[in-house]
Amino acid sequence: MTPMTTMAPSTLHTWSTIFVVVVTATAGDILIAGGMRRLGDLDDIRAEFGLIGAIKAVLTSGMFLIGITCMALSFFSLLFALSDADLSLIAPATASLTFITTTAAAKFFLKENVDRRRWLAALFVCAGVALLSK
Amino acid sequence: MQMLTAFSFAVTTGTDRSRMQHTLTPRRWLVLVAVMLGASVGDSLLGIGMKQLGPVSLHHLGALFFALKSPWIISGIIVLLGFMACYMTALSWADITFVLPATAFGNVIVTVLSKFWLHEHISPSRWIGVALIVIGVGFVANGPSRTVHAELEIEALP
Repeated sequence: MTPMTTMAPSTLHTWSTIFVVVVTATAGDILIAGGMRRLGDLDDIRAEFGLIGAIKAVLTSGMFLIGITCMALSFFSLLFALSDADLSLIAPATASLTFITTTAAAKFFLKENVDRRRWLAALFVCAGVALLSK
Repeated sequence: MQMLTAFSFAVTTGTDRSRMQHTLTPRRWLVLVAVMLGASVGDSLLGIGMKQLGPVSLHHLGALFFALKSPWIISGIIVLLGFMACYMTALSWADITFVLPATAFGNVIVTVLSKFWLHEHISPSRWIGVALIVIGVGFVANGPSRTVHAELEIEALP
C-alpha cells in the first residue's frame, strides 16, 4: 500500500545532506582556487617577500577565507551526514560528485577551458573514487 | 552523456589552445607529487592515530585533546598542513581542473601500497576504481596546466 514513487524521509534527508556537503565543498574549492589565482604565483611572492610574506598574502585574501569557511561547513555537514546515514553511500557519493560539480563550476566561474579531455578525466576520476571509497 | 560529449567538443575548438600553458618545471611537478601524496598519507596517519585512541563519543569531545599527544596524529596534521600549502601553491599556477584529479591519485597509491606492503585483499571493483583514476589522471596530465583567459577571469571574480 505504501506509494513507491515518494521518497522516504530518511532518503530525502540523506540526499539533502549529500547535496549540502557537495555544494559547500565545491564552493570552497572554487573560492580557494579563485583567491590563489588572484594572488598570482605563490613561488614568485615567496621569492620577493619571503615565506611570511606569502603566508600573510594568503591569509589576508578574502576569497581564500570564505573558501576555507565553506570547506569547514562542508566538513561539519559531512560529520552531520555520517551521524545517522550509511557510510557506504555518503562517502562515495560526496567524494565523487564533488569532482563533477567542481569541474562544471571551474568552467563557469573561473572560465577554465574544460575540454573533452578534462570532462573525461572528471568522469573517470568520479567513477574511480566512487568505487574506491565504497 | 551525448550532450556532454558534444558540449566538450565545442569548447575544445577555437583559438583558445594558443593561450594554454604547459610550463611545468621539475619543481612544480614535485609540488604536484606532494599534492598527490599529501592528503592520503595525512589521512592515513590520522586514521592510525585515531584507531589507537579508540572511539570518541560526541558527548566527550574533550577526549580529542588527548589525540594531540599521539605522534601519529601530530605527524598527520603536519603532513596535511604541508599538503594544503602545496595545494594552494599549485592552484596559484595551474587550473583547479588540472590539480583536482591529482588529489585523487593518492587513493591509488594507498590502495597499491596496502596490497603489496600490508598484503590486504583488494576487491575487483576497487581495482577497477584504481584503473579509472589512473586513466582520468592520464588524460589531464597530458594536457596544459593552465587554460584560463588570464586577463578576463580576474575581473569576473566577485
